This record gives sequence, C-alpha cells and structure tokens, in this order.
Amino acid sequence: MEPLLEMRNITKRFGGLTAVDNMDMHVFPGEVVGLLGDNGAGKSTLIKVISGVYHADSGEIFFEGKPIRINNPMEALKIGIETIYQDLALAENLNVYSNIFLGREKLKKYLGLVKVLDHEYMNNEAKKVLNRLEIEVPSLKNKIRTLSGGQRQAVAISRSIYWDAKFLIMDEPTAALGVVEQKKVLDLVKTLSSQGVPIIVISHQLHDVFSVADRLVIMRRGKKIAERITEHTTPDEVVGLIVGTLAGDFEKLKQ
Amino acid sequence: MERQRVRNLFIGIFRRWILVFLVSEIVFFTVFGTNYFSLKNLQNILLASTTVLLLATGQTFVIITGGIDLSVGFMVGFSSVICAKVMVELEAAGLSQALAISSGILAALLLGLLPGLVNGLLVARFKVPPFIATFGMYGIAYGFAEIICDNVPIISLPASLGTLGHGYLFYWLPGKTLSFFSKPENLTRLEMKNLISIVPNVTVITFVFIGIFAFILAKTKFGQHTYAIGGSMNAAERAGVNVKAHLVKVYMISSFFASLAGVTYVLRFITGRAPAGSARLIDAVVAVVIGGASLYGGSGTILGTVTGAMIVGALETGLVNLSIPTYNLHIAVGCILIFAVLLDQFAPELVHKED
Repeated sequence: MEPLLEMRNITKRFGGLTAVDNMDMHVFPGEVVGLLGDNGAGKSTLIKVISGVYHADSGEIFFEGKPIRINNPMEALKIGIETIYQDLALAENLNVYSNIFLGREKLKKYLGLVKVLDHEYMNNEAKKVLNRLEIEVPSLKNKIRTLSGGQRQAVAISRSIYWDAKFLIMDEPTAALGVVEQKKVLDLVKTLSSQGVPIIVISHQLHDVFSVADRLVIMRRGKKIAERITEHTTPDEVVGLIVGTLAGDFEKLKQ
Repeated sequence: MERQRVRNLFIGIFRRWILVFLVSEIVFFTVFGTNYFSLKNLQNILLASTTVLLLATGQTFVIITGGIDLSVGFMVGFSSVICAKVMVELEAAGLSQALAISSGILAALLLGLLPGLVNGLLVARFKVPPFIATFGMYGIAYGFAEIICDNVPIISLPASLGTLGHGYLFYWLPGKTLSFFSKPENLTRLEMKNLISIVPNVTVITFVFIGIFAFILAKTKFGQHTYAIGGSMNAAERAGVNVKAHLVKVYMISSFFASLAGVTYVLRFITGRAPAGSARLIDAVVAVVIGGASLYGGSGTILGTVTGAMIVGALETGLVNLSIPTYNLHIAVGCILIFAVLLDQFAPELVHKED
C-alpha cells in the first residue's frame, strides 16, 4: 500500500533555530498516527508546514504519490488536508449547520431574482454528515454557544468531513474536555479512520493517543527520534523517548 | 406544569420588552397627551424619526461586526451640504429643477460613500480601532461640510423640492377621491381641510431602503458573513470569507445610510447645514443597542433596530406633546440605553431570544 501523505527530509528554520530538522514521516490511508514530543519539539511547526501556514526550507511532500507544493492554508484545503486547531474556529453566534457551511453557503433563488440562503438544504446536509459520524447534537439550529466542548469539536470535525477532507490533522483534540466528552471525541477519531480518513493527532495525553493511534512518531529537538507501533510499546517507553532518558532509534544518547 | 407555563409566558413577554416598552409608551402618551394616537401624529413620529431610523439601520451592520461608526453624526451634514450645494449651483447654471435636484441627490449619495470607504480601509487593512478611525472621520466630515457651505446654511433651493420633500404617497378625500403623489386639484377649502394625507414620501424612501437592507441582513450570504465576522473574525477568515473586503462594504453601507439621511434632511427642511443630524448619532446607537444588538458584535436585527428607533421617536414626540422640555429626552434615552446594556450584560438569554 502506498502512503497517502509522505514527507521527506523536511527542514524548517526560524533564523538560527532549526525547528524541524530533516524530518521524514508518512501516513497510510485509514491510519491514525500520534505525533508526540515535549513542548518545543517541533510538532506544531511540522503540522503547520503540512497545513500551509509555514513553508519548508527544504524537503518534499507527496500526496497520493504525487509531489505537491502547499503555499498557503487555502491550497491545503483544496488538496483535502484539513487542520482542526484547538480554538476550532467556529462562529459561536451561528448555528450548527451555518458553521458547517460557513464561507461555502448553499444559495437558492428567491422569487427568481435574488439569491438567498437555503437553510433547509444546509440543515438536511448537515444532518446527514452528523448521522454518518454518529454525532448527537440536540438540534442543528442551536447556536454553537449553547453546545458543550465535545459537541463543538464534533461540529468542527464534521465540517471538515463534509467538505471532503482526505486527510485530517487534529491539534490537542481532547484538551479542555470532560472525561465523557474525551471518550466521545476519541470514538469519533476511530469512526473516521474506519471510514478511510487518515488522521495525525497531536496530544500530550498519552492515554488518549494510545487508545486511538495505530502508530506513534516521537520528536525531540526538531528530529524524529523514534517510531513505534502502538501495540508494541508502552507509555513508559514513550515517555522515556519524549524526555530523552531513553535513546531514540535515530540517535545516540549523549552521556 | 402550570408554573412552567407562567414562567415561559413571562420570559416570552420579557424577551420582547422593547415592543412592550414601545406599546406602553404610546398608551401612556395617548392617555395623557392630546391627539397623540392619531394618523397625523403617528405619521409625524415616523417623519421625525427619519434620521435616527436611517443612521441606526446602517449602524446595525457595523455593530454586528463588532465595530462602531461615529462618523455618521457629521456625515449627515456633509451629505446635506453637498446635496444642497449641487442643487443651487446647477439651478443657477440654468439646468431644469428636476435635473438639478436629481444631480444633487446622486452627488450626495455617491460622495457619501467615500468616508465609508476610508473608514473601512482604516479598520480592515490598517487595523485602526473602529472607534478611533470613525471618530477621526467625524471631525473630517464636519470640517469639509463647513468648507463646502462656507459656514452658512445653504438655502434658496429649487422650489419644486418641497413638492417631493413635503409630499405624501397618496391623498384621500373620504368618499370622493384618491390620488397618488400630488393633491387632487380644484378642492374647496373645506375639502382641503378634510383631505387625509397618507405616508410621507420621505418615510416611503426611508422604509424602502430599510426593507432592502433588512432582507440583505436576514436572508443573504452577505448578511450571514456579517454575523460570522461579529461572532469570530478568525473563524470567518479561516472559512474563506474575505473579511477585509466585507468590512469595507459594511462601513460603506453605514455611510450610505448617513448620506441618505443627509438627502432626506434636505428634502424635509429645504436646507443644507453642516451640523445637520449630528445630535442624532447617540440616538442611533441607542436604537441599535436597545433593539437587541450587542456592542460586542455578533447579534442584532433590523426589526429590533427599527423598534428601538421608534421608542426614541415616540418618546420625543410624546414629550413635545406634553410640553415637557426635550432635554428630558436625553435623560430618558440615556437611562434606556444603560438599562439595555445592563440587560445584555447580566441576562443575555432574555435579550437574544434565538438562544
């Protein structure tokens, strides 16, 4: 099987600081990859290179086997790479389906003259995608303001899915959620990957990552230092790799 | 069960407190005033509210995006002197009155878009806080208005202006005749006295534009994006909304309505004055806020704003009716404003009924 997304030798520098150093990474269809590392390890920078916020100084990105250039976030979206940041970017004063369709509203002709919002269509379509992802929200006409953190996360995810995300990046999806909600979001991640959408999850909550990720990529000081199949490792080993008490596969531990 | 129903009824009424307030106001002045509840007086309220209605409608768009447009205070005067000046000059140059009048109106409406464009660019492109950008424009508009009119009100406008400005949509002589736009001819003095004039032209113009923009705000993509920007500029931007261009358009809508208020001022008073309508800025903001818009952005409706403007208008007319000095109006309006903002702060679920 061919990876959906592959990065080769990605390097990103900010002045004298090398945030991402010669990084390789690949993700197969339907795979959930946990991207781990301490603060400042370079996870977010790497993610922003994929989502078009930053431009890599060197290295190549392949999507569906073809080399691609992502110059800005809009281009990433067009390719089908969606990033869900911690702040979710939802308009709290609008309802669920309006957020899903924000910027890409469905219009209809009113009296054959002017174009107006087609609320019924947007409501129905939003309902379909939420059903597909088994998300429960009391009513799609409820404002985001009235929803819980987990429900908001679910709305943000369904928006990406509705607009044909082929690849999802989630930055700390379970931070700031209650225990029950965390589980719901993790279940959603599993549902998505079972439907073939690969996902990169960044999280500091090892427990969460272990429960959803198939594979773990561990970064330290901008480098990939280890890669593990989740089933073949333990949280203790991973913590050791993250903080540097265990040597990575691609480096020698300094004595 | 019963208690729940009573509670819901109470909340239902309270959510519409501005409507209840407006109705109580009218009932109060009807009881204590003279001839308050009459067709003539109700039309007078509408007419007297023209400037507030127009300014507040434009202001609603700006406030929904989380901004404010202070420049409209002097934009009314700015556009009124342009309108009047062009009419006077063109008539003096030998153009027909109709041509002079329409050119004056067109010039005022077109030039009136300019301050909005500048406001919008300052706010959207150069990240100047709306309060500062439009406050600067407030002074600039006034200065230019005084330059244009040479410090004196512009009078001696084309004579037929009054036909338009003081005219009504239709005239009705019960049992006899109905005519549109102009009074029926050859009437006796008694018939003249019984003639009922219905809907001032200026009010028709006002509500046509309010209606169009209420539709835009409530039903179209443009309106939806206006709310989205007020809810989260970041979310709108990431969803692909061109936030900068949208904000420029919103400030241009506001200055368009201010210019329209300037034009209706010229129509009503057959004068162009630099400080025309400047005292109405505060009333307009009050109308928008008591109409349910949040100064933090993201909510507000034109229907609410119109109700808010009518509260101010009905109050003002009522105080005049009771021969109470109008400076009391400012005290009353100030109190209503503070009450509305406190309500928004501490009981938002009562104000924003959509939640």
